[in-house]
Amino acid sequence: MIAEATRRSALAEYAERFSALYETVGGSLSIRELPFLAQVNLRVDASDAGVMRRLSDSLGLALPLTPNTTSVEEDRRALWLGPNEWLIVCPADQAGSLDQALRNGLAGAFSSIVDVSANRTVLEIRGVRARDLLAHGVPIDLDRRSFGANRCAQTLLAKAQVIIERKGDEPAFHVYVRSSFASYVADWLLDAAGTL
Amino acid sequence: MLIPCPWCGDREDVEFKYGGAAQITYPQDPDTIDDATWARYIFFRPNPKGRMAERWVHSAGCRRWFTLIRDTVTHEITPSADPGGQ
Repeated sequence: MIAEATRRSALAEYAERFSALYETVGGSLSIRELPFLAQVNLRVDASDAGVMRRLSDSLGLALPLTPNTTSVEEDRRALWLGPNEWLIVCPADQAGSLDQALRNGLAGAFSSIVDVSANRTVLEIRGVRARDLLAHGVPIDLDRRSFGANRCAQTLLAKAQVIIERKGDEPAFHVYVRSSFASYVADWLLDAAGTL
Repeated sequence: MLIPCPWCGDREDVEFKYGGAAQITYPQDPDTIDDATWARYIFFRPNPKGRMAERWVHSAGCRRWFTLIRDTVTHEITPSADPGGQ
């Protein structure tokens, strides 16, 4: 007899504390986890124009070639991680179609596709004080002028390696953090939010 | 100290790790050289007072290795003409 498998996100236990924070700060800051997003690490030679064109047709999304930028098309987003490396993110129920689109687009080109969905969880930090909160622990400038729409960065948040993404042009950030660091970062954020 | 990553631009030094002297070339004829030449390749490194070519990796960022020129006295950094591969 096999016990029923249950899936728990890295920060499932923090949901109540996150919503309590929202009440405390009067709605100027909200933190919530976006669990179980499908994430794929893609490596392919960006200088091969033919492959890049096939890939963007197949994905319906042009991979960003400018360092530390993102491109977004409906539910699919691509984050620049390196000159030949991207993180493709989509809702969990589209993981299969994303995989298929990547395989069709690459069609045997020298490349690698790795499912890293369990590698990181995502925190959405939203509100007029979101930047103030992150500025407590991030060594880069998150001001709209230098970190505006469609920007992302890999950096350190309170010494934990994270990917930070500006969500559209809104005062909202997605923070991708390693599952094993997630509770540390969540504790740190809740503590830092108390000093705002 | 800000370190200029060729891809990400100026970032704080906490995001980087040091990789020692750059421009150390592997012996061209490794089968024939003597022990003294091997020892010189493996153990001997430049230690100048002044400008030095160094390898750095943007370990907390894009994780790419690159070369830059750092002045060991003033920490003044100038980007290398050939920062190196991906």
